[in-house]
Amino acid sequence: MTKIKQFIHSFGWPRIIIGLFLLSLFIIAPFVGINVSTSLSDTIVRFGMNGIMVLAMVPMIHSGCGLNFGLPLGIIAGLLGGTLSIEFNFVGNVSFLMAILLSTPFAVILGWGYGKLLNRVKGSEMMIATYVGFSSVAFMCIMWLLLPYNHPSMVWGYAGTGLRTTISTEGYYWHVLSNFLKFGIGDHFTFPTGMILFFALIAFLMWAFLHTKKGTAMTAVGSNPVFARASGINIDKIRTLSVIMSTWLGAIGILVYQQSFGFIQLYMGPFYMALPAVSAILIGGASVNKATILNVVVGTLLFQGILTMTPSVMNSIIHTDMSEVIRIIVSNGMILYALTRKSEATR
Amino acid sequence: MSKLRETRGQKIIGALEKNAVPILFGIICLIGIPFSGYSLGYLGQEIIVRISRNSFLIIALLVPIMAGMGLNFGMTLGAMAGQIGLIFMVDWGIVGIPGMILAMIISTPISAFLGWMCGKILNMAKGREMVTSYIIGFFINGVYQLIVLYGMGSVIPIKNTSLVLPRGYGIRNTVNLITIRKALDNLLAIRFLGISIPFATLLIIALLCIFIVWFRRTKLGQDMRAVGQDMEVARAAGIRVEHTRIVSVVISTILAGYGMILYLQNMGTLNTYNSHMQIGMFSIAALLVGGASVARASIGNVFLGVSLFHLMFVVSPPAGKRIIGDAQLGEYFRVFVSYGVITIALVLYEIRKRRKAARGGLLLAQDQVDSGEVDA
Repeated sequence: MTKIKQFIHSFGWPRIIIGLFLLSLFIIAPFVGINVSTSLSDTIVRFGMNGIMVLAMVPMIHSGCGLNFGLPLGIIAGLLGGTLSIEFNFVGNVSFLMAILLSTPFAVILGWGYGKLLNRVKGSEMMIATYVGFSSVAFMCIMWLLLPYNHPSMVWGYAGTGLRTTISTEGYYWHVLSNFLKFGIGDHFTFPTGMILFFALIAFLMWAFLHTKKGTAMTAVGSNPVFARASGINIDKIRTLSVIMSTWLGAIGILVYQQSFGFIQLYMGPFYMALPAVSAILIGGASVNKATILNVVVGTLLFQGILTMTPSVMNSIIHTDMSEVIRIIVSNGMILYALTRKSEATR
Repeated sequence: MSKLRETRGQKIIGALEKNAVPILFGIICLIGIPFSGYSLGYLGQEIIVRISRNSFLIIALLVPIMAGMGLNFGMTLGAMAGQIGLIFMVDWGIVGIPGMILAMIISTPISAFLGWMCGKILNMAKGREMVTSYIIGFFINGVYQLIVLYGMGSVIPIKNTSLVLPRGYGIRNTVNLITIRKALDNLLAIRFLGISIPFATLLIIALLCIFIVWFRRTKLGQDMRAVGQDMEVARAAGIRVEHTRIVSVVISTILAGYGMILYLQNMGTLNTYNSHMQIGMFSIAALLVGGASVARASIGNVFLGVSLFHLMFVVSPPAGKRIIGDAQLGEYFRVFVSYGVITIALVLYEIRKRRKAARGGLLLAQDQVDSGEVDA
């Protein structure tokens, strides 16, 4: 009994409730005429799409910078890489590789500046990160109009300048990962092997990094900065590194998202993209200053599972789509829960 | 030895830095005005309209700042309560000033409850009130949508069918507030130099300012300032810190609810699912433009901020069109500036807080050297 209590305590009530909720959705689904294998397939696809952006939260949580509400900055680096890759006429698999390569310098430079900024505002990183994200998205809205892109598949047809709000990735890097070694079971279940493998690879690299000397130093900075300084770690440097990593993962994350989704969303597209990623990792059991790869996997599965299941199940039961409202309440409720937990208030 | 003393140059730089945001905005507006092609009379009218429309909401932000809780992003809670009041008012068909008063009466208990809850949560998240209140805004927005989009018309009776979506429940995306449109603004409106001035609205805002000034001097106001200065010292002095903080949020939320009703009576339409989300951001940006910081804000900041911020808002689309040939660009520019100014103000505040701590140490060292306690 005490063991169960301990488990519940360590796992946290919100996660158990969300897990049970998702489980009940899956149980109800067949009775209201929903194909479970389609739902499972959708959940896995969404997991692959969003996984890396959730993973992007890990380095900054480890180094004590809190939740990366400034993820849109990384997404912008990814958008720049993606659009440049198309602009330079790369097609197929090469375009995806080039998109990653081209976005890397932007991610490093933006992340470096962002990291330097966060080092000057220790203690209120999260609020400032939110607004760094917002203002960079708003700034890029101006830039998407002004930058000298002229590839016909990306700019507005009648003006010849200014990027469109959505750009199709078809013919470029559409499904390059998802279709790699893809297999299906039955009519309704397809497994995007390449995308999941890619996530696994990045997650493994992240895990391996956290076990190197630098990675351990990062954890030390996050859990006890005074101790870290005493052992000769340059705190600011490590924090900046973590922010650069997070920004770069955000860039790769959005590219993976786009290759599955099929569209590049510019302008206000990345505006609220940080919130789903933040709540996913929190649902997975992470807190403001502690996160593991397992948290990422569990959280993304649970969160995306709910996002896939609620619209269809709710629609069949009560003939209304309440999924958007449920998403807002669950994801923000989760963030609130994490922000208010007493144990972390003394960070 | 005199090297350590703060020089006049440092003082001027300090003052410039303190007012960096308003100065920057003044310059942007000065550049933008000639390009926009608007007459001064038109701009004057716009500023008066916007002062009467927005000031009440922005003043609602002052109380939590006094209590050291930073910018209350949770003011959207009050805005939602105000909107619920307005929806009922339209449904019951009460018009004009009595309708507004009714909406205020309905909004008060809702705001008070939401504010109390917000305050409770913020007490659990001391040190990161701003980001928490920001997320509370999103969270309650979900609950608001649940009630207004699904509950109203099905669980909560709504008689007026023009309010309800065709499917039979849920409120429409826009609610026409024609019955109270400018009800207060046109009461006692006077014309001066070709500019129409909504005297009654301005009078109410003036009364609120007097209330704030008076409130600062009351026992509760003093307690709040003490809590804002240092929670531990305040606690040692016998002030109920948690209680005081909750009260400050409750007051702010109730005022924000009234402010939203004033704002919407000027606009004349309610965007049921959007109006409240933007209002928090614009109010906070305007206050910061007026030179307020996370820890200090005065009534002067409110009016300077509304004027400058909204001047920029009016001027930037046409100016963008003249300068670069694209009005859309001006739109994006003002969105960027709104977010950018909040970012800059937050960053400057944090940096200044640290520098002040460092400078305090320096001045203390200077004092000690002067009084001969320590050898230089």
